[in-house]
Amino acid sequence: MNNKTVNPKAWFFVLPVVVLVAFNAIIPLMTVVNYSVQETFGNNIFFWEGVKWFETVLNSERFHASLLRQLMFTGIILAIEVPLGVVIALTMPKNGIWVSFCLVFMAMPLLIPWNVVGAMWNIFALPDIGLLGHMINALGIDYNFTRQPVAAWFTTILMDVWHWTSLVVLLAYAGLRSIPDAYYQAAKIDGAKPWAVFRYIQLPKMKRVLTIAILLRFMDSFMIYTEPFVLTGGGPGNSTTFLSIDLVKVALGQFDLGPAAAMSLIYFLIVLLVCWVFYTLMMKNEDQ
Amino acid sequence: MKKISVVPIIYILFLMLPIYWLINMSFKTTNEILGVFTLWPQEFTLDNYIKIFTDPTWYNGYFNSLTYVGINTVISVSVALPAAYAFSRYRFLGDKHLFFWLLTNRMAPPAVFALPFFQLYSAVGLFDTPLAVALAHCLFNIPLAVWILEGFMSGVPKELDETAYVDGYSFPRFFVRIFVPTIAAGIGVACFFCFMFSWVELLLAKTLTSVAAKPIAATMTRTASTSGYELGLLAAAGALTIIPGAFVIYFVRNYIAKGFALGRV
Repeated sequence: MNNKTVNPKAWFFVLPVVVLVAFNAIIPLMTVVNYSVQETFGNNIFFWEGVKWFETVLNSERFHASLLRQLMFTGIILAIEVPLGVVIALTMPKNGIWVSFCLVFMAMPLLIPWNVVGAMWNIFALPDIGLLGHMINALGIDYNFTRQPVAAWFTTILMDVWHWTSLVVLLAYAGLRSIPDAYYQAAKIDGAKPWAVFRYIQLPKMKRVLTIAILLRFMDSFMIYTEPFVLTGGGPGNSTTFLSIDLVKVALGQFDLGPAAAMSLIYFLIVLLVCWVFYTLMMKNEDQ
Repeated sequence: MKKISVVPIIYILFLMLPIYWLINMSFKTTNEILGVFTLWPQEFTLDNYIKIFTDPTWYNGYFNSLTYVGINTVISVSVALPAAYAFSRYRFLGDKHLFFWLLTNRMAPPAVFALPFFQLYSAVGLFDTPLAVALAHCLFNIPLAVWILEGFMSGVPKELDETAYVDGYSFPRFFVRIFVPTIAAGIGVACFFCFMFSWVELLLAKTLTSVAAKPIAATMTRTASTSGYELGLLAAAGALTIIPGAFVIYFVRNYIAKGFALGRV
């Protein structure tokens, strides 16, 4: 980090990136800000409203409910995917053709379009024609994710675990592979138990990649839209209406531009705040 | 340590189950899907696939998707290369803030941008073209590509640059002839991730297209909602979307683990 030369001309290298990203980020963001402080009755006539929409959104029970659902969902999937991913990465073979085999198959869910993931799980979990739904019902448990909120949550979480645990596995595996063999030999000489090896060698070495994994999983699960939309459509009722689904309902369904824009900004700020905290912590760790 | 643990095997079996069911469905007739529960197609049929390969609204969806994914990957990686070089080698005004700002765009929920994007791309006359989707996907793919490439470039010792200058290489010649081949693995990984996130994204792709540039994923959504419940056709279309991904993974399989370890991601 410290042997970089000061070179103001480096801005020219960054310029194309800045122009392209700014075109996509700043103009739409300004549009959203613009809507968030105005009221419209159509015909492109706008009235200044100040912070009214922000107050409306922050005080609305509907927003609280979808935010709570979102936090619960993100919490649950992080609590399942991260430990599970670490366990799978620890048990993966270290070399040989099995590595390629495992990696190729594990990466597959990551490259399936998100609505296909939703559609696939819909077909898979339907109680009458789906394999999963059929099996659960055959066990004597009444299961129908289109009608029971609990079953809908179970299916959505299982789908997300299916879809994204591999990302954690790949990252954790990469972290494990960067540990030199000498560490393990030293541990062997000291007679360290497997748990001690994990706690004092593997876990510290995986810290950085795991931070990235948690960060990525947090961001992506917080923005989740397509998969639950295709799988459950936010239902039954509103039981799986997460923030993005709610936002699109307000913005494109009801065309309430003001509240939708205010909600967008609040939503974006929450993600940004959490990520900033993560990023700062990560950079602090790296400097040490 | 040569033995193979059961945990990854069980996990892979779990991953393959829904895919097996999708492929199983795609070879069944609608009657069989809705009528009886079978683990195997009883009346094996290729009708669903034939329909997709003969109906232009279906197969054009694949071309549209692959077009914008391809354009996006090329744009993202080629503009990210010099930027990542600047971040890894130089210090300049606002470099750290700029880097974080780029990353914030990876964090922006696409749902937030759906409506403004529609208005922006309509205003500049790009609506319903693959280019619009390719440019829109730059929002999250460029930051990602910069992030990955910067990680790879920081792993290359600075002496390489200095030796090349001593040998009389000009900067562009050094960059293309020496530097780019050195980080080829990193470029591969960056392409992989750009391909992946552009291929799987639907919300923006659907918002920015209507007829001419409709992606395959959006064609599927329409089928599911309007023309009854043609599950076999839907399953066949879904099964076909897995193929490009599997193809790409196969090519980068040796780089995935190495690439993850070397780079930041």
